[in-house]
Amino acid sequence: MTVAAFTFYAFAVTTLLGGLMTVMSRNPVHSVLWLILAFISSAGLFVLLGAEFVAMLLMIVYVGAVAVLFLFVVMMLDIDFAELKAEMARYMPLALLIGVVILMQLGMAFGAWDYSEGVAERLAAPAGEVQNTAALGQLIYDKYIMLFQLAGLILLVAMIGAIVLTLRHRTNIKRQDILAQMYRDPAKAMELKDVKPGQGL
Amino acid sequence: MVEFFTTTNLGIVLLILGQCLLVLVPLLVALAFLMYADRKIWAAVQMRRGPNVVGVFGLLQSFADFLKYIVKEVVVPAGADKAVFFLAPMISFVLAVIAWAVIPFDDGWVLSDINVAILYVFAISSLEVYGVIMGGWASNSKYPFLGSLRSAAQMISYEVSIGLIIIGVIISTGSMNFGDIVRAQEGSWGIFNWYWLPHFPMLFLFFISALAETNRPPFDLPEAESELVAGYQVEYSSTPFLLFMIGELMAVVLMCALVSLLFFGGWLSPIPGLPDGIWWMVIKMSFFFFIFSMVKAITPRYRYDQLMRLGWKVFLPMSLGWVVIVSFLAKYEALGGLWARWTIGG
Repeated sequence: MTVAAFTFYAFAVTTLLGGLMTVMSRNPVHSVLWLILAFISSAGLFVLLGAEFVAMLLMIVYVGAVAVLFLFVVMMLDIDFAELKAEMARYMPLALLIGVVILMQLGMAFGAWDYSEGVAERLAAPAGEVQNTAALGQLIYDKYIMLFQLAGLILLVAMIGAIVLTLRHRTNIKRQDILAQMYRDPAKAMELKDVKPGQGL
Repeated sequence: MVEFFTTTNLGIVLLILGQCLLVLVPLLVALAFLMYADRKIWAAVQMRRGPNVVGVFGLLQSFADFLKYIVKEVVVPAGADKAVFFLAPMISFVLAVIAWAVIPFDDGWVLSDINVAILYVFAISSLEVYGVIMGGWASNSKYPFLGSLRSAAQMISYEVSIGLIIIGVIISTGSMNFGDIVRAQEGSWGIFNWYWLPHFPMLFLFFISALAETNRPPFDLPEAESELVAGYQVEYSSTPFLLFMIGELMAVVLMCALVSLLFFGGWLSPIPGLPDGIWWMVIKMSFFFFIFSMVKAITPRYRYDQLMRLGWKVFLPMSLGWVVIVSFLAKYEALGGLWARWTIGG
C-alpha cells in the first residue's frame, strides 16, 4: 500500500467516524468536537486531491470560525441529560424511518448510476501548470466576477437584515464617547488643591 | 545510502522524521532560553533581578521549571470532562508545533515547501482557539469558562484583521509561499527593499493583532489574573499546564517569525553586500521577541469592551481599507512597482 493510499484511508475513516460520532454523542459539545474532526479530515482529503487552497479555506472558514461559533453556542446550553434521553427514545422510530428512506434513495440512485456517452471529452480540463489558487482566482475574479459580486451583495443584505432585526437602541443608558475620552486632558479633568494639615477640604 | 532515503517509502518517512526533529529540537531548546529571556527582560524593566539561582545567571531556570512541572501531581477537578480536559493542552501544544512545518529559516530550509504556506499558518493559528475553549469548558468551573469565552471572541476578532493584512502582502507578492514572499523583498537597497516600507502602517496593526491573537499582555484577558485568577488555566497543573505554557509561548515565537518573514525579509541581510543566511532570521526573530517582552512589561491590561472595539471598529476598517488601497497601488504599479513585485516573487 502506498503512502497516499494509506493517508486516504486514514482520513476517510476519520471523516466517517467523526460524522457518525457527531450524531451518536450524547453530549452536544462532544458532538461539535467530533464534527470538527470530520471537517479537518475532509480538509485532509482535499489536500490528497490536490486542492490545497480549498482545504485551507475549509480549515479557516469552517473549523476556525463557524465551528467555534457552534461550540460557543452549544457550551452555553443548559442541558438536561435525562430529558435528552427521553426525547431520543420518543423520536427514535421516526428517525429510523427517515434513515431507511434515505438509505433506499441512495441505493436506488447509485444502483441506476451510469456514465453518459463521451463523458471523457466533456470533463473539465485540468488546469495544467497553473496553481489552483491562481486558477480559482482567475475564475472567480475575472470570468464570473458579476456572479461573485451578486452573491456578495445577497450576503450583505442578509447581514444588514439580521442587524436591523436585532438592533435595539436603548436611550437611558450611559454610553462611552471614545473621542471625548481621548481629548480629555488633566487640566480639564482635575484640580489641584493645597490641603492644610488637619483641616481637609 | 542516498538512494535509500530518496526512493524507498521507509527511507522517505525516516528522512521526514529526521527533518522534523531537526526543526523541533533546536526550537524547543531555544524556547527554554526565550522563556528565561522573557522573565529577565520583564524583571529588568521592573528593576528586579529575575531568575538568577539555577545555573550561571539563572540560565538553566527553564530546565528546572520543566523538571518541576513533570514530576508534580496531575490534579483533575471532580466534575471535569476527563477526555476533553486532557485533549485541550495537547491540541494547544501540537498546533503550536505543526505550524513550523512551513516556516523557512533560510533559502530552501523548510520542511514542507507548499504553495499555500501562509494560509496553512493562518489556518493553524485559527485552530489554536480550540485548546483554550476546550480547556475552559472541560474544567467545569466558573473562572476557566469565563476565560475561554473571552478568548474565543478575542481570537476570532483579531484573526480577521491579521487575515486582511496578510492579504495585502499576498497581493504585493502574487504568491502565498513564504520563500516567494521573502525573495520578493530581495533587492539592491537591502533593508529598504523589505515590505515594512510599502506596507508601513500594516506592520503596527499586524504586531498589535499578533499580541491579541496570542493572548499576550496588554490583551491577556483570557487569563487576566486580577479578574479570573488565571482564566482557562486555573484547573490545570503539572504537565498539562506545561503543555499550555509551551504552546502559548511557541505561538508567540511563531508570530515573531511571521513578522520577520512578511515585513522584514526573513533571512535577507539588511545591508547590501553582507551574506544572507539563517543568522539574520534568528536575529530578527529574537529582536521581535524582545519587543513582545517589552510590551508585556510596560503596558497595562486593556478592558474587554475596549479590546472588542479596537478589533472591530478600528483594526478591521483600517486593514480592509488597506487591502483596497494596495490592490490599486499594485494594479497601477505606483512608484515604480513598489507594491507589485510579481516579477521577482510569484
